[in-house]
Parts: sequence; C-alpha cells; structure tokens
Amino acid sequence: MSTKKKPKLAVWKFASCDGCQLSLLDCEDELLAVAGEVHIANFPEASRAVVRGPYDISLVEGSITTPHDAERIHKIRRVSKSLITIGACATAGGIQSLRNFKDVRDFISIVYASPQFIDTLNKSTAISDHVTVDFELRGCPINKYQLVELINATLNGRKPNIPTYSVCVECKRKGIVCVMVAAGTPCLGPVTQAGCGALCPSYNRGCYSCFGPKETPNTTSLGAWFEHLNVPKDDIVRAFRGFNAYAEPFRKESEAYEK
Amino acid sequence: MKSKSIKVDYLARVEGEGRLLVKIKNNKVSDVKFNIIEPPRFFEAFLRGRRFTEAPDITARICGICPVAYQMSSLHAMESICGKKVTGPLRDLRRLLYCGEYIESHALHIYLLHAPDFLGYEDAIQMAKDHPELVKKALRLKKIGNDLMILLGGREIHPINVKVGGFYKVPTKKQLEEHIEPLKWALEFALETVKVTATLPFPDLERDYEFVSLHHPEEYPLCEGKLVSNKGVDITIDDFLKCFEEEHVEHSTSLHARVKARGDYLVGPMARYNNNFDRLPAVARKAAKEAGLEKSCSNPFKSIIVRAVETAFACHEALRLIKKYEMPDKPYVEVKPRQGTGHGCTEAPRGILYHRYKIDSNGVIQDARIIPPTSQNQKSIEADLLRFVEKNIELPHDKLTWQCEQVVRNYDPCISCSCHFLKLKIERE
Ligand code: SF4
Ligand code: SF4
Repeated sequence: MSTKKKPKLAVWKFASCDGCQLSLLDCEDELLAVAGEVHIANFPEASRAVVRGPYDISLVEGSITTPHDAERIHKIRRVSKSLITIGACATAGGIQSLRNFKDVRDFISIVYASPQFIDTLNKSTAISDHVTVDFELRGCPINKYQLVELINATLNGRKPNIPTYSVCVECKRKGIVCVMVAAGTPCLGPVTQAGCGALCPSYNRGCYSCFGPKETPNTTSLGAWFEHLNVPKDDIVRAFRGFNAYAEPFRKESEAYEK
Repeated sequence: MKSKSIKVDYLARVEGEGRLLVKIKNNKVSDVKFNIIEPPRFFEAFLRGRRFTEAPDITARICGICPVAYQMSSLHAMESICGKKVTGPLRDLRRLLYCGEYIESHALHIYLLHAPDFLGYEDAIQMAKDHPELVKKALRLKKIGNDLMILLGGREIHPINVKVGGFYKVPTKKQLEEHIEPLKWALEFALETVKVTATLPFPDLERDYEFVSLHHPEEYPLCEGKLVSNKGVDITIDDFLKCFEEEHVEHSTSLHARVKARGDYLVGPMARYNNNFDRLPAVARKAAKEAGLEKSCSNPFKSIIVRAVETAFACHEALRLIKKYEMPDKPYVEVKPRQGTGHGCTEAPRGILYHRYKIDSNGVIQDARIIPPTSQNQKSIEADLLRFVEKNIELPHDKLTWQCEQVVRNYDPCISCSCHFLKLKIERE
C-alpha cells in the first residue's frame, strides 16, 4: 500500500497533560487498523518521523496560553483541511483556565523564583477563540471510541455519531440509580454533555463535568438544587469551576455564586 | 576552527514538549541545555483555595501518562495531614491500581517509545511492519494494564474512582478474578520482554549516579517507604525539602532539582532497582540475572531491561494481590479535615513524585508544592548528554543526533510533568 494516497493525520499539542493524545495510543485494538487507514504524518509523542503538510486531519490538544502558541495555531489552521480539537483544554481552556479568574502575575510568583523567565498570557483560552474549528471533541480526557468514530466519519465525509444530550440521559439508559435523588450527592450530570457513559454515577459518584456543558444547560436550576442539598456557596463555585471552568455557561454560573 | 551544530527542534517520543541544545567547540562539548517549551500551567497556584478532597482529581491532570501517581501522592499527603492511614484491602487495591499503571506505562515506553530507537525505526508503527507479532503482543500487554485501571479507576486516563480515604466503589472478588488469566499471560510476556530487551545493542555509557528511591521493609516500593540513596540519603519523606532543592534556571519553564549536599541524582526504574533488588519477587530476580543484569546497573540505556523486570514484578504483584483480596465492607474510610501540613511521595513509573500541602481546618488548600520525577532527572539527563557527546563526538551528525535523543528517552521523561518539558540542538563551532 502506498503511503502517499492515504489521508494524512497530524497531532498537535498546546498547554495540556498529553492525556487526550495518549487516548490514540490507548486504542490498543484499533491502533494498527487506524495506522493502516491514515498516514500518521506528525505525531511527536509517538514518532520521530515528520511529514510536511498539508494535513487532511489535524487533532489539536491543549489550550492557548503563550504569545507564541497564539501564532502557532494559525499556522496549523492554514495547513489543515479539517481541524478537530480534542479535550477540555482545547475546547474550553482546561483546568489551567483557573488563572483566568485571577491575576496571572500572582500565579507566576507562586510557582517560579524568577518570574522574568516566564512568558505567558493572562488567560488560557480555547482553540476556537483563535481559529475556526471543524469539530470539538469533549472530555478530560476524551473518550477514545468517540475519537475513532470521529476520525472514521471525517475520512468518509459523514456526520459523526456523537450525541449532545446530557450525562443524565446516559444514566437513565444504563439504568443507573440517580445519585442526586437517591443519595443526595451533588452531580453535574444534568448540565454535562454525554460521552463517558455516565462513568462517575456508575461508581456511586457525582459527575464533576469533565465533558463540559451540554447544549443549553440549565445551570441556574442545578445551582438551586445544590443549594437545596445544602451545598455551601463556595463549593458551588468550585463545582462549576473545574476542568471546563471557562466554558461560557459554567463561567457565568460560578461568577453568579461568587457575588 | 571546526564548527558543527546538531539540532532537534522537537524531541519525539517523549510525552510533552522539549528541545535540547548541545554546543560543541573545537571538538569539546561546551554546553548542554534543555529547553522546556511546555507552557506553564500553574497547578500549585490554582490549588490554593480548592478543597483537600479535590487534589487527586486536579493534580492527575498534570500528566495523562501517570495520573495514578499524582492521585496516590496527593492522597497520601492529605491522609497524613488528617491523621488517617488506609490499610488492609483498600491499601492493596491502591497498590493494584498502581500495578496497572506500571504495566501500561512500561509497556508503552519499552515497545512503543524506546525499542524503535534501538532497532532503528522512526516509530512503533514502522516497527510493526517488520515485527507484527511483537507489537501486537506489546499492545496486548499494555491493554492488560489498562484493563486493571479501568476496573479499579473507571478509566485508564484520569481515573474517577479514587478518593481521599479509599475508593468510591470497590470491585468484587469475582470481578478481580477475571484478570487472573490475562495477568498470567502478561507475566510470561514480561519475562520474555526481559530476554528480548537484553539482546538489544547498548551504547556504552556509565556514570557514578546517585540513585534515589523509596525503600520499604517488606515490599518493592510503590506508595510507601523511606527515601534512600546509594550515597547516604536515608530520610523520611517529610524531610524531602531538607535534603533536596529546586532551582529555576533561565532556559526552562521547569525547575531543576538537586541533592543539596551533592548535585544531580537519578530517580526511576534504575534507582528503584538498584536500591530494592532484594525486594523483587524471585521470578523477576531470576529473569534479571539470566538477562545478565547485576544487582546494580548504571548504564542508562539498559533502563529498558529494568523496565521489563519491573513489568514482570507488577504482573506478579497484581496476581498476588488479587489472590489475597477480600472485599471490604466499606469502600473508604471517613477522613475529616484537620489543619496542618503533610507530605506524599510515591514511585511514579518514572520515579519519585513528591507532594506537600498545607490545609486549614475546613480542608481548604493554603499551599501546594509538587516535585515530579522528570524535573528531578533533568540535571542527570544533562550530565549523561555531556558525557555521551564527549565520548561519541566523531559519530556522524545524524547518528549522534538520534543517539542524543535516545539518551533523553532513556529517562522516559514526561515533559508535561516537569513543567508544570524537548527540542534537540547540537551546535559545533
Ligand atoms: S483535556 Fe484533560 S486529559 Fe485532555 S489534555 Fe487537557 S488535561 Fe489532559
Ligand atoms: S460522569 Fe462527568 S465527571 Fe465523570 S467521567 Fe462522565 S463527564 Fe466526566
């Protein structure tokens, strides 16, 4: 099989933990099959070989946090036919967007002895704040099966089968007893996009929204529920200020409770 | 004057980002530098104000390759502040989860990231074309580790099932027993891996390392023990910062650690192996000896064999823990917050990971300090490079460049961790 005819896949990294791109290597059963279908043209975590663009699919992990990265993402956009963001960092700014609520200079001085060596932006922002994104895959980390489905769909020019309903719906389908109703455990499932298979509730734990807000989430109503469950206000702020803290609906809700 | 420059702008097959600069002047190495181009994410800063119970989930996001290590170090720190110790089956389950991470992480590094170097492939996918069965088996091994993490943690990356005090839900004996047959296969394949890796061509490089690791009276260390070294360190983890210090150097966004009294040191598989050989199960010791490894090993290229030995240990240990498991009545012990400062230090697959937290009486984090393995190894990596380039200065440019990358990959560095890090550049003038 000639590698020239295969579509080219590239993986790019910004501020992140590498967990989302690792998901690709974690597809033990599918990895060699995927490698048969696409030409892995740029994936530094896995290979020294680098093939020049343009690329058919670019997977982008991580958020924009430095002036240099804010420029780099534009270059990547220019050489990518389809640009897909993978994970909460790339899609919402990630856990590192907690800096957005504070003065980043204070943060630098807490961590580094010589702040003058550190070049960083005030805010950690999503890729879509900088360039046009073709698809945003959610999760911290992403679900690897969703990734394989998305790559397949993109290669075949069809719409990916990735639901936008809530974790609640996944719970109901799997017949998991609601942790909020049954045990009074605060859960972000009602406002969180599906994709994990209602993982936390299936382990008797409330969802902490690593997949981020679903479409039109009623965060205000959920906040009221939490109050009803006697969750202190500062904990409600913390709940919305997690791995998707800077996603618009969550940001607004956490700010409302901070007042 | 002869001038030459070797440069790798984006060091591959390390997790995260980094670049490396080696300057050569008149056929002598004049400078070796790591450029960590990983943007800082400020975990220690935004942990302030979060609840003590949130630290395991938040710090896991420092590194997608060893999230369990972050979870374990933070759990132990918090529990020590609050005066609770997790014992019995809950402690065993934590150890079992860690075994899963060792199997997954070591299999990934040995076969997908490190072996291609020795055999001259750009990556494992190229390698798979010539050695399809080996790569398939490697992926199966990796998956067996991941499957343990999925059962105990909910998922392999950023597990959701661990909490301060224990777990949200514990498995039944029967659920664990389903992993016995795959783990038996994994143990056999890990032993085969020890043999296979021992036949690789090893470049010559030895230094007088200071090996720092945990040491436990009975077991091969994962979560608990004293901190020891072959050069006299013998302290409790609470004294970590008395013995080690970090400096912020200009060319990086990561901090470099050193033994206060002496300088660079090495953490990770070689350090654990050298300090704890007697704690390995007989089957792993035997495999090591047959592969020609002495009780101590100081050629960093051979860390690939040591990783294979440790993989065999992890499979063996997992089997042992599963056999003795009895499901506890409750998945966790209650942990009430208490004002104080506490330390956690566990053996991540890449080496010791130290956490220190200060919390108030409501359990709100006041201060956090995290020292990951890669930042502890950075000085040692630089020293290895210096020595290696000096000895091999006559090698052709491309080969020297590749082997320098390999010197770095010996450490299985996870760049994201140490920044909370590689491009390679060799300049000759
Ligand atoms: S979204 Fe989460 S798992 Fe993915 S790179 Fe960011 S921190 Fe890591
Ligand atoms: S239940 Fe929520 S926090 Fe848990 S894995 Fe799913 S989206 Fe993430």
